[in-house]
Amino acid sequence: MYKLWASIHKEFLLLIRDLGGLTILFVMPLVLVITITLIQDSSFKSVQQTKIPILIVDNDKGMISENIFEGLRNQKLFEVIVKEKESEVEKLVFKGTYQLAIVIPKNLSKDLELKISRNVEGVLADFGFEDEETSATKIEISTKEVRLYFDPALQPSFKTSIKSGIDKMISKIETESIYKAFQEQLSDDDSSFTFNSEKFITFNEITPKLKEDEVLPNSAQHNVPAWTLFAIFFIIVPLSINMVKEKSQGTFVRLRTNPVSYSIVLAGKTVVFLTVCLIQFFLMVLIGVYLFPVLELPTLGVSGKLFPAFIVALFSGLAAVGLGLLLGTVAKSQEQAAPFGATFVVVLAALGGVWVPVFMMPAIMQFTSSLSPMNWALNAFYDVFLRSGGLLEILPDILLLFLFFLVTTLISIIYNTKKNAV
Amino acid sequence: MLHIQKLSKKYKGADYFSVSNLDLDILKGEIFGVLGPNGAGKTTLISMLCSLIKPTSGTFTINNLDYTNNKKELKQLIGIVPQEYALYPSLTAYENLSYFGSMYGLQGKVLKESIHLYLEKMGLLEFANKKIEIFSGGMKRRINLIASILHQPKILFLDEPTVGVDVQSKNVIIDHLKQLNKEGTTIVYTSHHLNEAEHFCSRVAIIDNGKIILKGKPKELISSNKKAHNLEDVFIRYTGKELRDHV
Repeated sequence: MYKLWASIHKEFLLLIRDLGGLTILFVMPLVLVITITLIQDSSFKSVQQTKIPILIVDNDKGMISENIFEGLRNQKLFEVIVKEKESEVEKLVFKGTYQLAIVIPKNLSKDLELKISRNVEGVLADFGFEDEETSATKIEISTKEVRLYFDPALQPSFKTSIKSGIDKMISKIETESIYKAFQEQLSDDDSSFTFNSEKFITFNEITPKLKEDEVLPNSAQHNVPAWTLFAIFFIIVPLSINMVKEKSQGTFVRLRTNPVSYSIVLAGKTVVFLTVCLIQFFLMVLIGVYLFPVLELPTLGVSGKLFPAFIVALFSGLAAVGLGLLLGTVAKSQEQAAPFGATFVVVLAALGGVWVPVFMMPAIMQFTSSLSPMNWALNAFYDVFLRSGGLLEILPDILLLFLFFLVTTLISIIYNTKKNAV
Repeated sequence: MLHIQKLSKKYKGADYFSVSNLDLDILKGEIFGVLGPNGAGKTTLISMLCSLIKPTSGTFTINNLDYTNNKKELKQLIGIVPQEYALYPSLTAYENLSYFGSMYGLQGKVLKESIHLYLEKMGLLEFANKKIEIFSGGMKRRINLIASILHQPKILFLDEPTVGVDVQSKNVIIDHLKQLNKEGTTIVYTSHHLNEAEHFCSRVAIIDNGKIILKGKPKELISSNKKAHNLEDVFIRYTGKELRDHV
């Protein structure tokens, strides 16, 4: 027991003597979580507050283009800039001067009106309201194409939302035109009867909750657990470097000649680096609770969640430390340990669903994700912060994390024993 | 004290034995020098005796304890002073010694007093709370030695303990080793400093290509070789003047 205590003390001293490393360990995750949350939050705000310039080439100059102009202005999201030539807007968007342009084809309003009239007449004729063939049925109408130009650097998700917005706008115009055509055909007096074009079906987003006093999910509840985990797993870099340094300094050789087992050496490291993980967790929580509101970010709701969240952090820390011990045991140089460790954490984070939700991944990646300790940890954190889960709900995930720690540590001990067998 | 029987070591991928069928007995209270050119097998031999590498074949006992069945007990009996400064640069001299002493089971007052005593003997007491990273080569060598003797080993292995140090530090180290030997510690020592070995060792073995080619008391070895005036002459006669570069 005294040897373990001495090992813990030594690891603690080594850690606090490296002030630069210690600062990076604690400050960088905080900078990360604040930066990411600020960026996410501010980009959402900027979309609401600032307008995106949009180029429009109006070859139609009719009712539809007027409606599109009006629709875009009503959305308060775009600043409409009218241009004359399609070739000009194509160049401007390609260069990235503007992010998107809409080219409305010639005669769009006229042809749409004609097509709708023909359809309406056809329908009414079936009911016996019309029997004469009108001019609308005789003319051939070609399909119309509204052309959208996007900056090649634009993110696909943004493109998709713009496309669906414009599609929705045109559909609305089309629907209103159909109503109008029916109205014109069925009544001579425009004021006698009006189709109600108000929205009949609306959407209401409801977050499932078990208790009435539960906090609604916000970006803090998503970001703090995700980036806390990222920071916790980054412990594998300093931990593996610590172990590789011992090999290059010769202290590991001295330890091998001492009557002390490798498991005691690893246990000393585990206690100290696990403590670092837990301090990281508490700092992140403090930031989420006290600093986020000051920065006008959503507050992290921790009421009744702190203990289960601590348990998740504890077992996540153990899993991360286990991985660090394994890497430190296997790696021969800092050049091997540091880049591999850093890249591996990013891969684990990606697999774990820190950036892209797991359900959106392809099947093979979803399977791989289910093997990632960061995924187990993130699920457990989300159970606590977003689903108000208790110890029972997080039990399967924390058991997996603990098992991961045991397996990685055991492999480290076996590897070391085999490699240094005498 | 140390009984070596047919000890051999062939590294993985190597086409020669670094240590080959080596037999050697070192008696209690001896200062035994293992001398040889680069690549002769000195460090390999010491590493096997300190349980750092596994022999390919053969066996040895220390204090009648066989190495295969008594690893933990043997580790408590021996001390090793490695060639490198096996110390934590960011820890102080005291912290390093306290940690390595603890690994031998020393604690509390016994540990503190032992550290204090050796630091004083080595002239380093005033630097006890300074970090190793600011120490000179000679100071590091002395701390390296203290870290290996805090637990008062029965047998002490030293791999080039005076390499790269000034004359003053070397004298302190050698004097202290002599004192340790007087107190009952058997010393097994490798060095390239043949003059130092000649005066320090009670017996030496010259090894080359993993085999002992000459063994005896330094004075007897010199006198039995007509043209030799010192141990270096004997060494050159038996090992030749050719460079020994091994990869």
